[in-house]
Amino acid sequence: METLIEILYLIFVSPFAEMVAYPDLFFQGIWDGFVSGTLYGLIALGFVLIFKASGVFNFSQPILVVLAALSLVSFYKMGIPAWISVILVLVMFYVLAFLIERLILRKLVNQDGNILFMSTIGLTFLIIGSAQWIFGGRPSAMITDELGLPNGSLEWPMFGGGVYFEMIDISAAVIASIMIVILALFFSKTKIGRGLRAVADDHQAALSVGISLNQIWVIVWFVAGVVALVTGIFWGARSDVSFALQIIGFKALPVLIIGGFTSVPGAIIGGLIIGLGEKVFEIYWGPLLGSGVEGWFAYIIALIFLLFRPQGLFGDKIIERV
Amino acid sequence: MKKLLISALISFGTLLSTVGVSFADELLVPHFTYRVGPFAANGTAVANGYTDYFLMLNERDGGIGGVLTNPEECETGYKAQVGVECYESYRGKNPLIVYPNSTGITLQVLQKAPEDQVPILTMGYGLSAAAKGETFPWAFNYPASYWSQMTSVLSYIDSETGLKGKKIAFLFLDVGYGREPIPVLDQLGPKMGFEHMLVPVAVKEMQNQSSHWLTIRKEKPDWVIMWGWGAMNSTAIKEAAKTRYPLDRFIGNWWSGAHVDTEALGMKAKGYKSATFTGTGTDYPAIQDMINLVVKPGKSKTSMDEVGKVLYNRAAVGAVVVAEAIHEAQKATGKKNVTGADVRKGLEMIKLDDARIAELGLTGLFAPIIGSCADHEGKGAVTIQQWDGKDWGPISKPIPPMVDVVGPMLTKAAAEYIADKPGWKSQKCN
Repeated sequence: METLIEILYLIFVSPFAEMVAYPDLFFQGIWDGFVSGTLYGLIALGFVLIFKASGVFNFSQPILVVLAALSLVSFYKMGIPAWISVILVLVMFYVLAFLIERLILRKLVNQDGNILFMSTIGLTFLIIGSAQWIFGGRPSAMITDELGLPNGSLEWPMFGGGVYFEMIDISAAVIASIMIVILALFFSKTKIGRGLRAVADDHQAALSVGISLNQIWVIVWFVAGVVALVTGIFWGARSDVSFALQIIGFKALPVLIIGGFTSVPGAIIGGLIIGLGEKVFEIYWGPLLGSGVEGWFAYIIALIFLLFRPQGLFGDKIIERV
Repeated sequence: MKKLLISALISFGTLLSTVGVSFADELLVPHFTYRVGPFAANGTAVANGYTDYFLMLNERDGGIGGVLTNPEECETGYKAQVGVECYESYRGKNPLIVYPNSTGITLQVLQKAPEDQVPILTMGYGLSAAAKGETFPWAFNYPASYWSQMTSVLSYIDSETGLKGKKIAFLFLDVGYGREPIPVLDQLGPKMGFEHMLVPVAVKEMQNQSSHWLTIRKEKPDWVIMWGWGAMNSTAIKEAAKTRYPLDRFIGNWWSGAHVDTEALGMKAKGYKSATFTGTGTDYPAIQDMINLVVKPGKSKTSMDEVGKVLYNRAAVGAVVVAEAIHEAQKATGKKNVTGADVRKGLEMIKLDDARIAELGLTGLFAPIIGSCADHEGKGAVTIQQWDGKDWGPISKPIPPMVDVVGPMLTKAAAEYIADKPGWKSQKCN
């Protein structure tokens, strides 16, 4: 009985007592969770874009993040100014989008989703091999200073402690938020955005009403590349620029399950739920479970959503008539 | 009839090529590499150092004992299952060594190697209990096991601030490699009077450690010891700095203190410490030979700026041990084309003392390694190094492991390992 009370205390009382006793730590957790959540949302956004346009889970999105960050740093190391390097990466992604559409997608129009999915797996290995061959595998620092992104940190003193805000994290949150708003408006208010939704529903129907499938796909893959570049810059700044960045890309999967595979706002809300939830849970409840809960917390939340709301918070509920 | 003839020709050709491979006049010293995947940055440096040393021996000495070496690579991507496939691919090819470059792969092939009569060298990694030569005749982890390393790190902390009453956070990659030294902390904590907390980092979270460091901030440990690899190391150092944790109280193991971990961080990593068992730099005649005969002429995949760095030099030392074991095997058997079984004996006879290290042109690169039948780790000392913002430099004398603590633990662990393996073949040592 005593043990049971102790366990209940550790679960329901002790964490909240700690939150009150050390508010600086609590706010730090919230801030870190917010930044991580925004960045998870950004990764998820790349997946959402492709899914909306072709109804396929783009397995190659994480490696696009690596490719973007790696090529940006490599161009800069070749002596090209930082912002010119950014433009070069964007040009590279446009060419890549064009090639993907010409060499892969065009040949798979109206094919089963699984075939498209497999083609993105193939694309992933192609990019890994090529990028390794061209840029090498050694880690580099992200060129944040050279891009004019702010450095250093701000401190908010609080009850003998402090909450630290890294300037790069503030930039990440602001830029990611702006990007998400722009993309949300783009897809809901523009002709291309509406065309994109039509393509996602049915390739043939979209073609029959005059929507250029090829043009839509090039645009969407290019925009996914732009998202990958922004993601690569900020995740690269938090860690370093190496092939290990692709691992973090798959964190988007639970985010997508929560937010819905077709929703831009869903990606960001899902990201925030995961980001905030895993930080707070790890700090206050993690030690009870041997720590390291962050590795599976997101998947448990995703599992709960799959059970009770499989289409996610903002995803389209698919009704199939038999 | 035509089909039959073609089949016969193909079979004959296959037979010839098999015979050719088995008895080719070369010393096959394969190593399992990971030049691709999330750990590629580290894996590439390790692969280059090992390969370049053997290529240098081929260029300078015509191989070992007049037989050319073949440091063939098998790419694993640091995946245990692929490592096993690599291992299987060398069956029947007379490999002289298994050099897995991964604790996970080591654990998978540890039972296979005795059957195939090929020794495993896990230099600075692998199963700690493999140090017990009587139980593990086919496995070697010179110059020290993870357990020995942990005791040396704890000795260093003890000499700096004392251990009694202190709290230590153990931040580790949550795989077999990272979990390996936990028994030492469990054993020594009560004995030396320190408290320890475990902070596991899953592979998919290694670039996302803010909550781990918030936990560390909450618990306020006096020291943080890290068993990390790949991008986990640089991310941890960044997060430590972000959390305002003093970097001179943050100490990594010998796989968490390479140039690849700190160069991109520069001054942000200043003060961070790590264990090591090999030196850095190019000021060694043998390393100069590697530069002049292999790297500069473009015969390797190494770029000049990589030579002399922590992982490159350490991998070269691994190759030195393998080459020396082959040399000993050739001496003992009088054969040029030795077998895996001969090299196993060579590893036990290895005598890399100061005089031999000097003869090899490597004075100062690593401490002596003396092999024996019973001791397969050599009880090598560990040095602590520190990052000054630009380079690594030693800050301690060699710290010997706590043999009295580790010895009984290794004996117990070795006995436990074979307890459920009735057919396991041990050996007796005098």
